[in-house]
Amino acid sequence: MNLIPLIPFFPLASAALLLLTTGRMPRGIAAVLGAGSVGLSALCVALTAQQFLATGEIQQITLWTWMAIDGFTPGIAFYVDGLTVVMMSVITGVGFLIHLYSIEFMWEDESLCRYFTYMNLFVAAMLLLVMADNLLLLYLGWEGVGVCSYLLVGFWYRDPANGAAARKAFVVTRIGDTAMALGLFLLLAELGTLDIQPLMAQAANQWQAGDTLPIIAAALLLGGAVGKSAQLPLHTWLPDAMAGPTPVSALIHAATMVTAGVYLIARTYGLFLLAPPVLEAVAWIGLATLLLAAFTAMAQHDIKRILAYSTISQIGYMFLALGVGAFASGIFHLMTHAFFKALLFLAAGAVIHCLHHEHNIFRMGGLRSRLPVVFASFLIGSAALAALPFTSGFYSKDAILLSAWELEGIGPWLWAGGLLGALLTSIYSFRLVFIVFFGETQTEPDKQPGWKMAAPLLLLCVLSLIGGWFALPLAGVFPAGEGHGVNHTIEVISIGTPLLGLLIAYLLFLGRQVSISSLVESPTGARLKDFWFSGWRIDSLYDALWVRPYCAVAQWWQNEPVDKFYNAVVSLSQWAHRRLLVTQSGELRWYATTMVMALVLMLAFMLRNAP
Amino acid sequence: MGGLQIPMEHVLALAGLLFSCGLMGLMLRRNIIFMLMSLEVMLNAAALAFVAAGAYWGQADGQVIFLLILTVAAAEVAVGLGLVLQIQRRFKTLDMDQANRLQG
Repeated sequence: MNLIPLIPFFPLASAALLLLTTGRMPRGIAAVLGAGSVGLSALCVALTAQQFLATGEIQQITLWTWMAIDGFTPGIAFYVDGLTVVMMSVITGVGFLIHLYSIEFMWEDESLCRYFTYMNLFVAAMLLLVMADNLLLLYLGWEGVGVCSYLLVGFWYRDPANGAAARKAFVVTRIGDTAMALGLFLLLAELGTLDIQPLMAQAANQWQAGDTLPIIAAALLLGGAVGKSAQLPLHTWLPDAMAGPTPVSALIHAATMVTAGVYLIARTYGLFLLAPPVLEAVAWIGLATLLLAAFTAMAQHDIKRILAYSTISQIGYMFLALGVGAFASGIFHLMTHAFFKALLFLAAGAVIHCLHHEHNIFRMGGLRSRLPVVFASFLIGSAALAALPFTSGFYSKDAILLSAWELEGIGPWLWAGGLLGALLTSIYSFRLVFIVFFGETQTEPDKQPGWKMAAPLLLLCVLSLIGGWFALPLAGVFPAGEGHGVNHTIEVISIGTPLLGLLIAYLLFLGRQVSISSLVESPTGARLKDFWFSGWRIDSLYDALWVRPYCAVAQWWQNEPVDKFYNAVVSLSQWAHRRLLVTQSGELRWYATTMVMALVLMLAFMLRNAP
Repeated sequence: MGGLQIPMEHVLALAGLLFSCGLMGLMLRRNIIFMLMSLEVMLNAAALAFVAAGAYWGQADGQVIFLLILTVAAAEVAVGLGLVLQIQRRFKTLDMDQANRLQG
């Protein structure tokens, strides 16, 4: 029996069941259903992956034809190759751990059923996205995860700020999605199909590298990827999206959905290879984003915002990898990032959970001995994030930097930027660890995480440590890159940079050998800190450029300027009516007199004009 | 044409005078009866002009129209007097300035 259709079916069915019972299902059953369905799905993925690894056979399954319009017949069809297997494993594996964690994290919440409905729907949509055989089905999943992201960011909808964050996430990603839809239209119009594999083959046949059409198409798809993956210039929604529950941030806004853009580019890499300028733009966008987000992360106070900016930064690395043509390294980093960032978010969630929903890192501190499991998780997660040697992040980031270095021309620049980013990553990750877990205790935790929280943390710890040794079955998916030449200088620098960052963080935030306060309190330092804290003022820039003009125009339209004309016509008629009303006095003699006067006038007029 | 010839201008002048009298009566009197009577005077003035014109051109049309006007006047008086009765009953007055309830 073929298990592939069952993979998205379980979470979808569970979401439907939870939805139809409208929250009246007992909490225990809802939780078991919510987490269990993803668990079953993960089991199916494991069996499918095992089969794939054994045979290496790419499977293509068409369940039914979605629609048939004049030769355009997109199907509900799945395409399972190495890339899909990797993505499915990450989604269902990490997804299951996060669902398990959610049971404890969300147990007290009155809307537990609603939470699991959205989460399961998200997993189903995300699976659809990565399994889709054609770009239209991919787009369905793409929009599906967008909706679920909106619903989950605004999950605690009673606070208007959360609603605003959800709207922002939805609207900003919609900008990218519109570009992507246009890209799909263009591809369909030019190549006549949206099935990914024939599409790539036909594009390579029909177009030359550097032609205008593939450049436009690739740029439009890149627009979608940039929106979904929170890259410059559409990254502003992700930090605000932290308004949702922490497991949501871990699953959607760190491990899976935000990496959909990376997946999209990797999946349609054939098109991007035909558009070298766009591919180069991908690299530069990635580099700019990773540096900008890393600087911003260093100045934040909110534990989740730090992690959000670090997510943006890490996805920047993935874009950098894609841009330099190291597709496999990008996907590799996607996977390791999913492990360690989910771990970090879940650990942060545990801290928040145990500290009465405290988000400010300066009101934490000294948690090392009080929450040992969380401390260990956070330490391992941060080490992987900072790419300390022999953690999973080290292998993937190292591969990306090495690929960047080996690119002709702009390569060394990208490499240097990436290296600076790595240094910053290391500094802000350990700043977080040192401030939250060392020093004096500010707030006492009032509970300890239970097994449902601790087990996913420990499993993700293991994955974050050993994830770098997984050999991903991507050889058949991407063109084989030339083997990395061993360059010892580069490797030593790559290994040394995070350690240097760790040292700097230690000196600044733990050892206090170097006083950070004098640096921050100097006028330049304070201004720089404010600048970074606000995220390079990009939000205010967008506010001034688009949001406020748009609101002003909307306000203006709200007063119905077009109606002004029609209202004037109405007013004029009413005015004339009131003037004429006095002639209708109801007095017979007055009527007669006016008639006579009119007659006399007419007569006089006629006589005057008579020849 | 033999006999006493009355010049056309005289007849028309008389008709105009009668019409003006009727018109003035219509505009100035308040009593509905007098207004109706003024209306009759105006009708007859017009009829006179028709007869004179018919005689002048030797056409029968003028007299035909005179008969028509006579009929219309009779009918008008019949309806008009009926209305006058109603007005008297409803408003207890024949003063038309008092009976302006249709005023917008």
